[in-house]
Amino acid sequence: MSSATDAVTATTAAQRTVYQPPQGEVARARKKAWARRLPLLPALVFTIILTQLPFVVTLVVSFMNWEALYPTERGFTGFDNYVEIFSNAQLRTSVITTIVLTVVVVLVSLVLGLLLALLLDRKFFGRGAVRTMLIAPFLVVPVAAALLWKHALLNPSYGLFNGVLTWVWGLFGSDSPPQVAWLTRFPLVSIEASLIWQWTPFMMLILLAGLQSRPLDAVEAARMDGAGAFQIFRYITFPHLRRYLELGALLGSIYIVQNFDAVFTMTSGALGTANLPYTIYQTFFSAQDYGLASAQGVVVVIGTIAIATFALRTVSSLFDEEN
Amino acid sequence: MSTTDAASTGLPDRTTANPAAASSSLRAHRRGRGVERRDNPLWGVLAWAVGFLFVLPVLWMVLTSFHSETDAATNPPSVAAGLTLDGYRNFFGANSGASPWPPLINSLTASVVSTLLVLLLAFPAAYALSIKPVERWRDVMFFFLSTRFLPVVAGLLPLYLFATRTGTLDNINLLILLYTAMNLPIAVWMMRSFLAEVPTEMLEAAALDGAGLVTTLRRVVAPVALPGIAATALIAFIFSWNELLLARTLTATVAGTAPVFLTSFVTSQGLFLAQVCAAATAISLPVLAAGFAAQDKLVQGLSMGAVK
Repeated sequence: MSSATDAVTATTAAQRTVYQPPQGEVARARKKAWARRLPLLPALVFTIILTQLPFVVTLVVSFMNWEALYPTERGFTGFDNYVEIFSNAQLRTSVITTIVLTVVVVLVSLVLGLLLALLLDRKFFGRGAVRTMLIAPFLVVPVAAALLWKHALLNPSYGLFNGVLTWVWGLFGSDSPPQVAWLTRFPLVSIEASLIWQWTPFMMLILLAGLQSRPLDAVEAARMDGAGAFQIFRYITFPHLRRYLELGALLGSIYIVQNFDAVFTMTSGALGTANLPYTIYQTFFSAQDYGLASAQGVVVVIGTIAIATFALRTVSSLFDEEN
Repeated sequence: MSTTDAASTGLPDRTTANPAAASSSLRAHRRGRGVERRDNPLWGVLAWAVGFLFVLPVLWMVLTSFHSETDAATNPPSVAAGLTLDGYRNFFGANSGASPWPPLINSLTASVVSTLLVLLLAFPAAYALSIKPVERWRDVMFFFLSTRFLPVVAGLLPLYLFATRTGTLDNINLLILLYTAMNLPIAVWMMRSFLAEVPTEMLEAAALDGAGLVTTLRRVVAPVALPGIAATALIAFIFSWNELLLARTLTATVAGTAPVFLTSFVTSQGLFLAQVCAAATAISLPVLAAGFAAQDKLVQGLSMGAVK
């Protein structure tokens, strides 16, 4: 990015040597440009200091042998920490857990969100109320939601899920209902379920906004031409929704890749549910291996950049639409 | 554009259809609408059922918070048990020594102050990116967005080291600064998209009338951008209120926020379901209230102004 900046300033500098405007004019133009930049600077400087500087430190520490418990052995070790990440089976598992968790949660909540958005796009009595009910899960504080799932819903002896099983079996006169230890038998699925419950409303909101901005005259015209409901969806609604689907998927991925609250609260990373953010937190906090934790952080950032470049291209297309 | 292209290639061409077919399709279309309207109750019932299913855990949390501990821990669940405020009384410290008020006040301080800082920094920046754009404003926008992609966890160690060296560990001011940095990119994106909606003719007219910067901002920009500013504030507030990882790493007894209190509350109290539900409900209440009150703003905020 900075090389691009240099190229741009280089050409303008070259142009300036060819065409030489009066001295005062250049100074005035420069002053004007700075007057334009001025309102931007506080936010820009603030962001650079608080988000870029820490990452530079992380990058440096990732090449160091630095464990808080052995302060005398501090020093640079090259790529040792990175070698450890990829040779340590537990760390490899957490990479896979992160990918599985993100893909499952994003895809399922996207599909459910689409179905709900299509449902809410119809006119029916109390549509506003249903929308409000559907948004509720997203507005529960994530830690509270994780506690709610862990204790009030999934608890094997008095959680709501097993309680409902007891109740339904009781209706048919059975006193030996199946009782499932959800969190220990399906740890990752339990976390995924709680996250899907929270993120489906998010997807629904974005897709509903997409549906409602769809050009109605095209739908009308297609209907006049005798297009069926499926054809209208396939050829008009879906192409229009694609950008919104992408937007939802990308924003959702960014948040869920970084998820810490649910894993920390529901399982404390046990039973193969430790994703990368939780593992880094552990390496940093419990093992106090600063070098390794930093290297893990760098790996996460590289992975995120892969998603992000794709995301930026999508958002860029939104810009083109606007202008 | 692409949607209409797809429509014209994928659907029967209207001009080639004979008039009879067209009129019959018109009738079918009218009938179709009628059918759709008659179908409505069924879709409505389905929507209500799904909505109820999604809100059920929240309702269950609230209901359990008003139950006694013995009624909360039954199997099958005692839905119709008597209601009590004991869960809330215990949460607010009648039994245990730990009062939730300091963490709640910390959360409120961190969320409100950082939201104000975000607005203060983002508004001028958005102005310089839309109304009087700097050169290469797109690059600046993407720089802001890219910082939001950086996982917080990757910056955890430097922040922790910085806090221990400067003595700002367990200090609410540090959280305020970090939450401001966390929400600033989203705020800049949102505000730019709202300021971009201010018609240039109005700005030009104001300039012709000799209106200064302050007058222009107050009379022309603010009326158009105010709903957007509200949406930005809502999102910044919710994200700050919910944040756990930074708060857990950088605070302890003094500056701990509500989510941190919630996690420690359970481990120290053991399992008192009604009390846990009361705590979860009480701490979620501000977000639920703000989110319900401004549902439309929520969409704009979550999509960073890309969806309106």
